[in-house]
Amino acid sequence: MDRRTTIKWMLAASASLPALKGAVVHAAQATGTAVTSTPYGTDPDLLKIYKPGDLWPLTLSSEQRVTAAALADLIIPADANSPSASKVGVVEFIDEWISAPYEEHRADRKIVLNGFEWLDKESARRFSRPFGALLIGQGRQICDDICYLPKAAPQFTEAAGFFARYRDLTAGGFYTTPEGRKDLQYVGNVPLARFDGPPAAVLKKAGLL
Amino acid sequence: MSFITLDAASKQSYDVIVVGSGAAGGQTAYTLTMEGAKVLMLEAGRRYDPLTETPMFQTPDQAPLRGVSTVDKPFGFYDATVDGGWEVPGEPYVQASTDPASRFMWWRSRMLGGRTNHWGRISLRNGPYDFKGRSRDGLGLDWPISYEELAPYYDKVEMLVGIYGSKEGLENTPDSPDGCLLPAPKPLVSDLLTEKYARTLGIPVVACHRAVLTERLDWKRLPALLHPGNATAQTILAADMQRRAACFFATPCGRGCSTRANYQSTTVHLPPALDTGKLDIVTDAMVREVTLDKRGDASGVRVVDRATGKEVHVTARVVVLAASALETVRILLNSKSSSFPQGLANSSGKLGKYIMDTVGASVVGQIPRLESLPPHNEDGVSGGHMYSPWWLYQEQLAGKLNFARGYHIEFGGGRDMPSVFSTADMEWLTGGSYGAKFKEDQRRYYGSMMYFSGRGEMLPNEDSYCEIDPVVKDKWGIPVLRFHWKWSTHEINQAAHMQKTFAQLIEAMGGRVKDVVHSDGRNAIAHGGEIIHEVGGAIMGESARDSVTNQWCQTWDVKNLFLTDGAPFPSNADKNPTLTIMASAWRAADHILDRMRRKEL
Repeated sequence: MDRRTTIKWMLAASASLPALKGAVVHAAQATGTAVTSTPYGTDPDLLKIYKPGDLWPLTLSSEQRVTAAALADLIIPADANSPSASKVGVVEFIDEWISAPYEEHRADRKIVLNGFEWLDKESARRFSRPFGALLIGQGRQICDDICYLPKAAPQFTEAAGFFARYRDLTAGGFYTTPEGRKDLQYVGNVPLARFDGPPAAVLKKAGLL
Repeated sequence: MSFITLDAASKQSYDVIVVGSGAAGGQTAYTLTMEGAKVLMLEAGRRYDPLTETPMFQTPDQAPLRGVSTVDKPFGFYDATVDGGWEVPGEPYVQASTDPASRFMWWRSRMLGGRTNHWGRISLRNGPYDFKGRSRDGLGLDWPISYEELAPYYDKVEMLVGIYGSKEGLENTPDSPDGCLLPAPKPLVSDLLTEKYARTLGIPVVACHRAVLTERLDWKRLPALLHPGNATAQTILAADMQRRAACFFATPCGRGCSTRANYQSTTVHLPPALDTGKLDIVTDAMVREVTLDKRGDASGVRVVDRATGKEVHVTARVVVLAASALETVRILLNSKSSSFPQGLANSSGKLGKYIMDTVGASVVGQIPRLESLPPHNEDGVSGGHMYSPWWLYQEQLAGKLNFARGYHIEFGGGRDMPSVFSTADMEWLTGGSYGAKFKEDQRRYYGSMMYFSGRGEMLPNEDSYCEIDPVVKDKWGIPVLRFHWKWSTHEINQAAHMQKTFAQLIEAMGGRVKDVVHSDGRNAIAHGGEIIHEVGGAIMGESARDSVTNQWCQTWDVKNLFLTDGAPFPSNADKNPTLTIMASAWRAADHILDRMRRKEL
């Protein structure tokens, strides 16, 4: 196993999932209809460029997409270095993710859709409008209560679990785009004639020079 | 000669049938054909061409689900493995126990080149102790050969496939002779930091050995050393070596390499073997059993055409199984006859016994000294530039440790291309930040995570074995394997030692350990098979009474039947097994050639 695989394994909570065989049917909560979606199988075309929706139908309604974008942009807003999450396709990525015909994704589907429902209820209770229509400061008031599970009040525990998962998905979606890679200043994936190792400035900062 | 159909193969006569096309099958077929034998290679999976199929520079945003693992692509969308993984549709295997601690995981790659297409490419030589463990400490099993007997073949494999590394003069960690290895890549900042602080704990950190061309192979010098006196082979190899590019220090090796800068059987062993004109390859050919003639010699193999389900018999003077250790064992166990009611070449009753994997346990940490570093390219050779060989041989021999055998440390970190997971699960560092602060936190922590993974020797034991399940069959009706697995206290204590050591290392570096450090190794150790270093099941030994093959990978019971993969390993050193599989396969193939020339086969 190469080191990237190892890292991925260890940072992923559970690496090995039970097999899913053939097509699976799940209820599309967004529309109330059942959709059939098929896994991409053990020999997909690796050279093709894929977009969310190419392989299986997406889930989110236009109202849910507004909620999804509002929360993603509270987590990753635009700043001087990069755009906000929703501007680089994070909502579409999350929609693809929760619509995927794999077991782990079906668990996330439940967490995310229930989370959206909770957000709307909570913002209706506090501000008499859906989450997607809140002012940024109002949205932050709700997020402040659910952004850190270890310190969340008991009534916010489940919502905090949703927020943690949604933050991971938002970050995962954002930092895997060209804009996200640029924000982190990842400068690889280019062929080099030689590999010189870390420059002196790096060694100095790390206390090695 | 080249890629042909099963029907066409059944009408030919061959010197040798080689079952499998990975490290063992590739090396066996390479050696045999370069020295003039006519070979038929059978591969259960599909034809696969890394030159046209490898997703080299593709980025996660171009893949479904940003390229994360799924059950269909368990090491990620862009991993080279196709039609493979922990589960292969239509090809089940069975656990003898429902206890999770007894679970065995079996990774199979049904594709030309097998697992060599995606492997980690760590290529360490076994040391002298690793062949004579029982003589040294009374545990496990000795090999019927010494390091010195295999060393010339390690030299050859290193020169042929191209492996980087350095000479360090460390105990039981052999140095290659001059001219075998390519230069090691420059260390990353995380390597240098590890080296500096590991030293304070007495742990060596040296260049790793991996099958990646840090520079082009010396095509003028090497062919004559590898094929002395064989002008044809030298010409073919020199031409092929010139077609392999040096590494360009980008794109993950696990995807395979379209420029042939790393070792895959499909890019290194098979092209020159095909150029000899002596090799036929049939893909989608699933071997059911080895057949015998009236004298009790192997006559060939019975094969299922995966496309049609039709069964075909192909024949040769010699049969080599190189199907991966446990698939080889499965074929033998399924080759039952009146002379071998318990499976072919199983007069010892040892077939399926002593299966071993590598002990694996890991700790992840965050290293503040690696935070907010100036941006720089750390892709390197996309795998360990450095590692730590086992360093406590003397303490162990003196009985100061509560486990018998050693482990090496694979570690890494740095500014890899961000994946969905590299920015996840950060609350323990960020305290739950979101918004502008979250973006600042991500910039700060990116590249500062490191992992340390132990890879340790497992002693063979009586409770870890496989057999044919009496009920379950695969989709062609071929009976499947059932696994029994148990780690002994040696492995469990070793895993605990890894945990403690890695936590000490992370703390010595000024870092913080993520998650729990397990003091009970049972909570840290990977499942059997999970490290994908499974070997054994048809061990080699000194006598027909207690082993399946002799030192030439030749079965005691059937003289023209050879097993050149990991199945004959009587021990599984901490060193990753692929290099030793290739060295042993080359040695076995030389023996086959010699005996064929003498008309003994």
